[in-house]
Amino acid sequence: MRSFEYARAGDPADAVARFRPGAMYLGGGTNLVDLMRLGVAEPEFLVDVSRLPLDRIEPDGDGLRVGAAVRNSDLGAHPLVRERYPMLARAVLAGASGQIRNMATVGGNLLQRTRCPYFQDVSKPCNKRQPGSGCPAIAGDHSNLAIFGHSSACVATHPSDMAVALAALDARVHVTGPGGDRVIPMPGLHRLPGDEPERDTVLAPGELVTAVHLPAPPPGASRYRKVRERASFAFALVSIAAALDVAEDGTVRDCRIALGAVAHAPWRCERAERALRGAPAGEESFTRAAGAELEQARPLPRNAHKVPLVRNLIVLTLLELAP
Amino acid sequence: MTRIEGHDKVTGRATYSAEYPIEGVTYAYPVQAGIVRGRITSIDAAGALAMPGALAVLSSEDPPELAPDADPELALFQRREVAYRGQFVAVVVADTYENARAAAREVRVTYEEDPHDVRLRGDHPGLYRPEKVNPFYPADTEKGDLAAGLAAAAVTVDVTYTTPAVHNNPMEPHATLAVWSGDGDLTVYDSTQGVSAARAMIAKTLGLPAERVRVVCRHVGGGFGSKGTIRPGTMLAVLAARAVGRPVKVALTRQQLFDVTGYRTPTIQRVRLGADADGRLTAVEHEVAEQSSTLVEFAEQTATPARTMYETPALRTAHRLVRLDVATPSWMRAPGECPGMYALESAMDELAIAAGLDPVELRVLNDPETEPESGRPFSSRNLVACLLEGARRFGWEGRDPTPGVRRQGRWLIGTGVASSTYPAYRRPSQATATVENGGYVVRVAAVDLGTGARTALTKIAATALGVPPDQVRIELGDSDLPPAPLAGGSMGTASWGSAVVAACEEALRDGKHGAADTTDAIKAQQDLARHAFGAQFARVRVDMDTGEIRVSHLLGIFAAGRIIDEQLAMSQFVGGMTMGVGMALMEESVIDDEFGGFSNHDFAQYHVPVCADIERIDAAWIEEDDRHLNPMGAKGIGEIGIVGTAAAIGNAVYHATGIRVRDLPITPARLLT
Repeated sequence: MRSFEYARAGDPADAVARFRPGAMYLGGGTNLVDLMRLGVAEPEFLVDVSRLPLDRIEPDGDGLRVGAAVRNSDLGAHPLVRERYPMLARAVLAGASGQIRNMATVGGNLLQRTRCPYFQDVSKPCNKRQPGSGCPAIAGDHSNLAIFGHSSACVATHPSDMAVALAALDARVHVTGPGGDRVIPMPGLHRLPGDEPERDTVLAPGELVTAVHLPAPPPGASRYRKVRERASFAFALVSIAAALDVAEDGTVRDCRIALGAVAHAPWRCERAERALRGAPAGEESFTRAAGAELEQARPLPRNAHKVPLVRNLIVLTLLELAP
Repeated sequence: MTRIEGHDKVTGRATYSAEYPIEGVTYAYPVQAGIVRGRITSIDAAGALAMPGALAVLSSEDPPELAPDADPELALFQRREVAYRGQFVAVVVADTYENARAAAREVRVTYEEDPHDVRLRGDHPGLYRPEKVNPFYPADTEKGDLAAGLAAAAVTVDVTYTTPAVHNNPMEPHATLAVWSGDGDLTVYDSTQGVSAARAMIAKTLGLPAERVRVVCRHVGGGFGSKGTIRPGTMLAVLAARAVGRPVKVALTRQQLFDVTGYRTPTIQRVRLGADADGRLTAVEHEVAEQSSTLVEFAEQTATPARTMYETPALRTAHRLVRLDVATPSWMRAPGECPGMYALESAMDELAIAAGLDPVELRVLNDPETEPESGRPFSSRNLVACLLEGARRFGWEGRDPTPGVRRQGRWLIGTGVASSTYPAYRRPSQATATVENGGYVVRVAAVDLGTGARTALTKIAATALGVPPDQVRIELGDSDLPPAPLAGGSMGTASWGSAVVAACEEALRDGKHGAADTTDAIKAQQDLARHAFGAQFARVRVDMDTGEIRVSHLLGIFAAGRIIDEQLAMSQFVGGMTMGVGMALMEESVIDDEFGGFSNHDFAQYHVPVCADIERIDAAWIEEDDRHLNPMGAKGIGEIGIVGTAAAIGNAVYHATGIRVRDLPITPARLLT
């Protein structure tokens, strides 16, 4: 770890004012500090935003406003979140361990980096860490990397559980920065790698996440399901956040499906959702919808198991949600 | 008995090797090879030496003086050749750990790179027969006519199983503090499984007489074999301290543990079994391919349990080794027995199915009178009792062998069984017992690597002396104490305990002091086959839509001589079985073909089981009265718990799903494709 300067920001405007090239915002530090130890992140200046007055969860219109500094444990345990957005509560509690959730913030969770083994090893090339150095994962260890939306430059996945639920919930990410405030609808915060895999998100330098706005919960039943080889404290092989609203005639009125651990961003299944709207809520439609989504899957030699896993998860989860 | 040092450990007062406070201490951080194979052309330390706090850089630019016959893995910076990725090629010493680490990144190493090969294959042209396999067994054995046995069989199986490289991953990373005195004596605080062995190895590497070296190790946070011999990190501290003339600490990172502290070799194992119409074995063949480094030959004794397990007229075992551009594999909990019994006991399950026999019945039917390969009588053998008692407790009777038919909701349910075995050896040890302050002090250079050895030896000594345990104080973990073998091979307690009992008996006779050396007694002991046995039963549930596997129940019944302490024994059995669950379902060090070494090297990527993975785990034992072992009547229990677990789980996964996965670990990916 190299020497760095540290300052604690008093409010979001102060944080943005202090930001300069080479600086990074520090939330709970559960990912950034690890990356600094590994030499993957080498900020010259850390602006600590973990104590900003952004730690409240408040009703906001017919939705909820979650401050960016809210700890993951507090988000997962909040009565309004559990009652109105159980999908989100489950997603948050499926992530990491109790100790890490106590430290990790909402903003930091969104902005955590990929756990691709090459990204985390500075002795090896990685286009995301060192643009232009190459992507050894494509021919190497990619068993838990992307099947959707990857590029010849990067096949990394975004590791968050929470972000998958936020993508399904049409959450809006509030940002402040040198250019003023703006709102980014999920899953639009994260981008696909294309030829700029070093950019995980659409945020400009110095932009700071201040809050996440949850609109009114989707009608119907919802859930989050995470598949992993170990029962706890493991990143997903594939995860799904889904909501299903079925009309009285048994057809799908609305649905939301987002997948985790399959792409560089939480993967909203727009094709599957389109195929489902108006279709009878049953196994045949669900299978067809999963197939529609998987048409664009491009599995790598050692992660082909994610294709049947995605199909099975979509079908099973929707079957569980159907009345 | 509650562990004597338990309170110190849970309150943070127990001092581990990296924690000894010492005046003027400095820190060393290694530079690791960035290529897999080739030659170092230059090492430029100027940038590193210009960094804040940097004191010295050691490398092959100016090789430190070492004994010419030093072990190649320990002979740091003697050669320009790189044998594997991550090998230590230099070390930076600085005033703080952070400065040492930062400066290490500024050392510039250039290489001439050669093509490399890090992949074990069953048809690798480099496979050869080693002279012996660990620690001293013949590589190959053959008894009877294998071809005739297979030809005469009514049923046969011919199956190949593979196991991946796996790492020991003790909780406490390897750590060392090295202190040279003004007159050239060396004290090393090292996280090790054996202080006498570590002293001998350090002295040999340096070319010093052993009495110039002292090794101290009061507490160890686990080793599982990876601290059985010293590893390069220990020599890093010793050489760095000699170079800067100040004490040096080295604490390896978790990532570095994956590179330089040993691992279990991957294996490719072909098992051929034949049985007659009644299920009696007519032939057993176990052939193994495995790897070692180009530096040191380490040949794991994977096929040796077949020499012990089942009665057969024809028995062939064979080990083949290939030297790859990899770090040297080494001991990991039950080397040999653990991977070997995975293949053998999985194949036995396949044979039971082919023969239409219950797998418990098949094993009972083939239980031998004498050790199959050697013909030696057993000192005691209670595998059948373990199988029958386990079957009773587990509710095995009436099991429907049909695979893939039991369902609870979306889960498929299955059960499996496998045998366990581990040899019961003793090595020569010394010990003393002395009356001091109205009680006894027992001294032995044993190490408590987290197993509870200090507590067990207290109990053994108290029993021998006929006093309550609180009148006995054990001193261990220091090579200045009477020499003793390391904590490994499940022979620590048996070896140290034999010497402790003899010393205590002499102290009773003498009234003041007793000293013992068991060398002659062990040489004189009868030539018997001494092994512990066990049976493990597993119930798993498998979600075939997601490939998720969870262990609902794991039961191990062991016959391991007299159990010295129930509480400590339970931890050893349950701990071993839990590690076996990791082996079965998740542990794999992923070989990186392009860059060498392993691509996963932290606990986020290399998974070990958590509590939520195993819903119920039970261990129990059958008390044996075996007079041929040692004064305690005990067999070692540190390793047998991991032997057979993976087979029991794999057999249960087959019973649940009808899918026979023959490559560990059995992950969702393997069930889904």
